[in-house]
Amino acid sequence: MSGIPHDHYEPKTAPETWLHKRLPIIGLLYDTIMIPTPRNLNWMWIWGIVLTFCLVLQIVTGVVLAMHYTPHVDLAFASVEHIMRNVNGGHMLRYLHSNGASLFFFAVYLHIFRGLYYGSHKAPREVTWIIGMLIYLAMMATAFMGYVLPWGQMSFWGATVITGLFGAIPGIGEPIQAWLLGGPAVDNATLNRFFSLHYLLPFVIAALVAVHIWAFHTTGNNNPTGVEVRRTSREEAERDTLPFWPYFVMKDLFALGVIMVLFFAVVGFMPNYLGHPDNYIEANPLSTPIHIVPEWYFLPFYAILRAFTADVWVVIATNWLTFGIVDAKFFGVLAMFGSILVLALAPWLDTSSVKSGRYRPMFRWWFALLVVDFIVLMWCGAMPAEEPYATISLIASAYWFAYFLVILPLLGVIEKPTPLPASIEEDFNAHYGIKSTPAE
Amino acid sequence: MTMMRKIALSAVSALVLSSGVALAAGGPESDMIDKAFVFEGPMGKFDQAQLQRGLQVFSEVCSACHGMRYVPIRTLADPGGPQLPPEQVREYAAGLDSVVLPDGSERTREWTDPFPIRAGDGMGPDLSLMAKARAGFHGPYGSGINQLTKGMGGPEYIYSYLTHFAEANPDCAPDGIDGYYYNTVFAVGGIPDSCKDEHGVSTIKGSYVQMPPALFDDLVTYEDGTAATMDQMAEDVAAFLMWAAEPKMMARKQAGFIAVGFLFVLTVLLYFTNKQIWAAAKNKKKHA
Repeated sequence: MSGIPHDHYEPKTAPETWLHKRLPIIGLLYDTIMIPTPRNLNWMWIWGIVLTFCLVLQIVTGVVLAMHYTPHVDLAFASVEHIMRNVNGGHMLRYLHSNGASLFFFAVYLHIFRGLYYGSHKAPREVTWIIGMLIYLAMMATAFMGYVLPWGQMSFWGATVITGLFGAIPGIGEPIQAWLLGGPAVDNATLNRFFSLHYLLPFVIAALVAVHIWAFHTTGNNNPTGVEVRRTSREEAERDTLPFWPYFVMKDLFALGVIMVLFFAVVGFMPNYLGHPDNYIEANPLSTPIHIVPEWYFLPFYAILRAFTADVWVVIATNWLTFGIVDAKFFGVLAMFGSILVLALAPWLDTSSVKSGRYRPMFRWWFALLVVDFIVLMWCGAMPAEEPYATISLIASAYWFAYFLVILPLLGVIEKPTPLPASIEEDFNAHYGIKSTPAE
Repeated sequence: MTMMRKIALSAVSALVLSSGVALAAGGPESDMIDKAFVFEGPMGKFDQAQLQRGLQVFSEVCSACHGMRYVPIRTLADPGGPQLPPEQVREYAAGLDSVVLPDGSERTREWTDPFPIRAGDGMGPDLSLMAKARAGFHGPYGSGINQLTKGMGGPEYIYSYLTHFAEANPDCAPDGIDGYYYNTVFAVGGIPDSCKDEHGVSTIKGSYVQMPPALFDDLVTYEDGTAATMDQMAEDVAAFLMWAAEPKMMARKQAGFIAVGFLFVLTVLLYFTNKQIWAAAKNKKKHA
């Protein structure tokens, strides 16, 4: 499937042949599970399996939770307490589901940054990257709507703030907001449609995941060197790769085991660590919490949203140039969506001919700074909108855009990469101190 | 590789840093006391006798003005809680306010019903989830990671609140606020204007609350003979409210130990399996 020469499935028995002629499903599964995989993948290539696990975990626990949950403003909060107190194992189901969302985002951020560092987004894997970005967007929508369902104070006010972002769009914003909410404010109609969509979107994600896997199985995996698998002969390809089963299945399962130990320790011993105490207070439209804070995984983008206040010169200039159509609020919304857009455009903004950051001496530092930047933004997003956090947010937001729009394109031109290994085999052998085979 | 490891580490630290968002700082400092409750930490268990004493304080004092609408009375008999004998719980339920039916008639409260609701003038907030709806502390450095060993601080907040009604008003407001009581822990109440600096920030600990001081020494007579000091009652009722908010805490920690233990063994086995499978690939050329 990957264009890498390898063994294909051959039906051996009569029933297999019969089925294969009508539906080559066993062949498809065989090719998928036996795909030649670069043998030098490091431990940052394990997040895919963690993410797949998270999707399954969230769907399974979610389907059961939905059997006991009631999407109505008068009953939602009580039905969650019913799950916590009366449903067999309900407290574990709910804690697995709420912490599962955090694990999902934790893994997806490491997965995305791994891709950015090793150039997994670059040709020929741009489509994989774009599908991945769509999955990420669908994840954010799903998580946001899921957080509204318990109908606590943060659920309600989070929904009010986030849907308010759409209200900031000039002219058509308010009708769009009313359309999203099903009325003038967050109410029963909002809760019902969020529940419906929260149930639907994970299956959209599952379909996108299938396409994501299809795409990178077509191009083959990237690897820490960014050097492609040799495809000229089967012999050479086999020196660069190992079959996914059993090598990478076992490696991934071991890594998943480590993550699961940590995950169940959180669920068992501190399940409310990543939650907000205010969400154990039932939603009250008449009482606004002191700080409205989104879940931790939205904080970097929340910080970018809040960074561009009316006194920032870019905002003032934009406001003037657009005759007041783009005000500070709308500018913030554009910046937030723009910050994800530039991430999605990374394959075209990164002009370097070398994929892996390992061989890019300047890029490495700018990339490390981007990671720090992301963490600083996350921290700022959790802080109140006052000094010094406002200035820090602004600087950090500016770096996010500068990295993608200025630094990445320029680096490709001015940077001199270090020599690449001739092949994946060479990299792998050097790492394990294996003597290279004599030239053939 | 090392750089990616750094990224993984910084991702963990980011998670730790950004979760400390819950603390709503009330005033310059607070009299919050980090009480060491017996149910804290992965190994911590509820003290059955303490929960029973806490129930007594709740029933005789708090329940006059506070309901617990989400707590089914029968759960008082569940393991991992006060675990009273079922007959006693049925009797207790029958002694509470009767249930008003939709047609206006009344019936005796059954143990399958929840605790009564308290609403209206002079009544306080529902206490079913109070111990989870307040975060007492969020250290170190606002990371909140101490939840692992200390819990989320809700019972500490309740305990500190109940024991910190000030005897005198602060100097900045000698007359206080009419109808309100000064509490040096309560974080979300009103503050007299004379106790704010030029930026409107409070200069006093805590704030004013409508609830009068509720606990006094020997207010209840404990059935188990424990001396009913204010401190003891506050601790007991805080523990009881933690149970009311998280009745499955014991079951959850047990599930946590089983899951972590099982997965740890499985992971060790997977480690060796993986090592075995890869051994040939990593050494192949060496011995060729």
